Amino acid sequence: MEDIDAIAALQDPVRRRLYEYVAAQGREVGRNEAAEAAGVARTLAAFHLDRLADAGLLESGSRRLTGRSGPGAGRPAKVYVRARAERAVSLPARDYRTAAELLAEAAEEAGLDAGLRAAARSRGERLRDAREPCADLEQAMEILAARGYEPHLEDAAGESAEETADAAAGEDPARVVRMRNCPFHAVAERFPPLVCGMNLALLEGLLGADAGGAVRARLDARPGACCVVVEPAAPSKNNIH
Amino acid sequence: MTAPTPAPTPAPAPGPGPLHLAEFNVATLRHPLDDPRMAPFVELLDPINAMADGTPGFVWRLVEDGAPDATGMRPAGDDVIVNFSVWETQEALWDFTYRSGHLEVLRRRREWFERHVRAHLVLWWIPAGHVPTVAEALERLAHLHAHGPSPRAFTFASSYTAAEAAQAESAAVQGKGRGGAPAQSSRAAAWRPAAAAARK
Repeated sequence: MEDIDAIAALQDPVRRRLYEYVAAQGREVGRNEAAEAAGVARTLAAFHLDRLADAGLLESGSRRLTGRSGPGAGRPAKVYVRARAERAVSLPARDYRTAAELLAEAAEEAGLDAGLRAAARSRGERLRDAREPCADLEQAMEILAARGYEPHLEDAAGESAEETADAAAGEDPARVVRMRNCPFHAVAERFPPLVCGMNLALLEGLLGADAGGAVRARLDARPGACCVVVEPAAPSKNNIH
Repeated sequence: MTAPTPAPTPAPAPGPGPLHLAEFNVATLRHPLDDPRMAPFVELLDPINAMADGTPGFVWRLVEDGAPDATGMRPAGDDVIVNFSVWETQEALWDFTYRSGHLEVLRRRREWFERHVRAHLVLWWIPAGHVPTVAEALERLAHLHAHGPSPRAFTFASSYTAAEAAQAESAAVQGKGRGGAPAQSSRAAAWRPAAAAARK
């Protein structure tokens, strides 16, 4: 399917809500859960989820859900995740991707890591636009979400903090922000040290992380996610330094 | 050295049997390793090596006798350290190199290492169980410099599958005596991690 057709499939508001919900979870989502989140009947949700899969925006499979409730728990059910393929439409046709790849290739060969990072840091600062450095992880989440990083809170140990997020609002120093999406994915895969270093510098500028702010960013790469983790600048727990 | 040490096979023979991926890279030091400016790098050696040893898909890495690593071995020049390892799959090597704490070392590479004009990393497939030698690695790197990427010696950006390498190897063996150059299989698309493979 052409990108423009796939994107056009999101015009239906219910379908778009379903897509955005599934995409935001970063895991397999069943029909009941998606229907509930979108506020529609299960049959309608199932229809639209399958249309999204047909359009290549979601991938579907069967999985035994171990849900906490529901009559379907324990039986194989149809589940959906966001498809990995990128979709883009530009009118008129533009090709910034090729330009980015060529510039990155030249920067890599010339060893321009430091210059690129300086440019990225000052771009981040300009995007922050003279606002105060980021005050806490909650604010960092908002800033990162606005730039498409798809942030989520995790316990520093690596467990998802979603279930405890409501209980302790934002003051737990053992929590960190990780990001599901790399906005520079295609070039980051080709030139990881160069582009991930650029990304870190951009985020440091954006969050004010190196300007005495309350959060800091550092590289902590993991498969399938953004290379950066954002954490409190001075963890009070086990504070060695 | 915690890595398993499978019995070396004298001659890598093409044919059936799993292949592992050998990786060799060189890095020209900007300062001697005992220079204070290199201390942050030296401090990372043990934890990063320990992490590599514990990574799924890790098979072997070069270690100098009586040392925790190979930084004292200088087969490619007095100021050139080498990194030499074997992995079950290209994806395992990729994830360790670029999707682990090792990426931070690479991010700071310009502080510690000179920029290389020629390829500084070479990959090639070996029979599982074969322990590659440094001489073999230097030969593969020289081959990459002389001939560009091929199934014998390639890079992440221009890679060949194990099947392509085995095919090229057997074609080369058959071609011997006829003076023919190793038949080059059709070039694979640049290898990408699985996460990117689905990208259009």
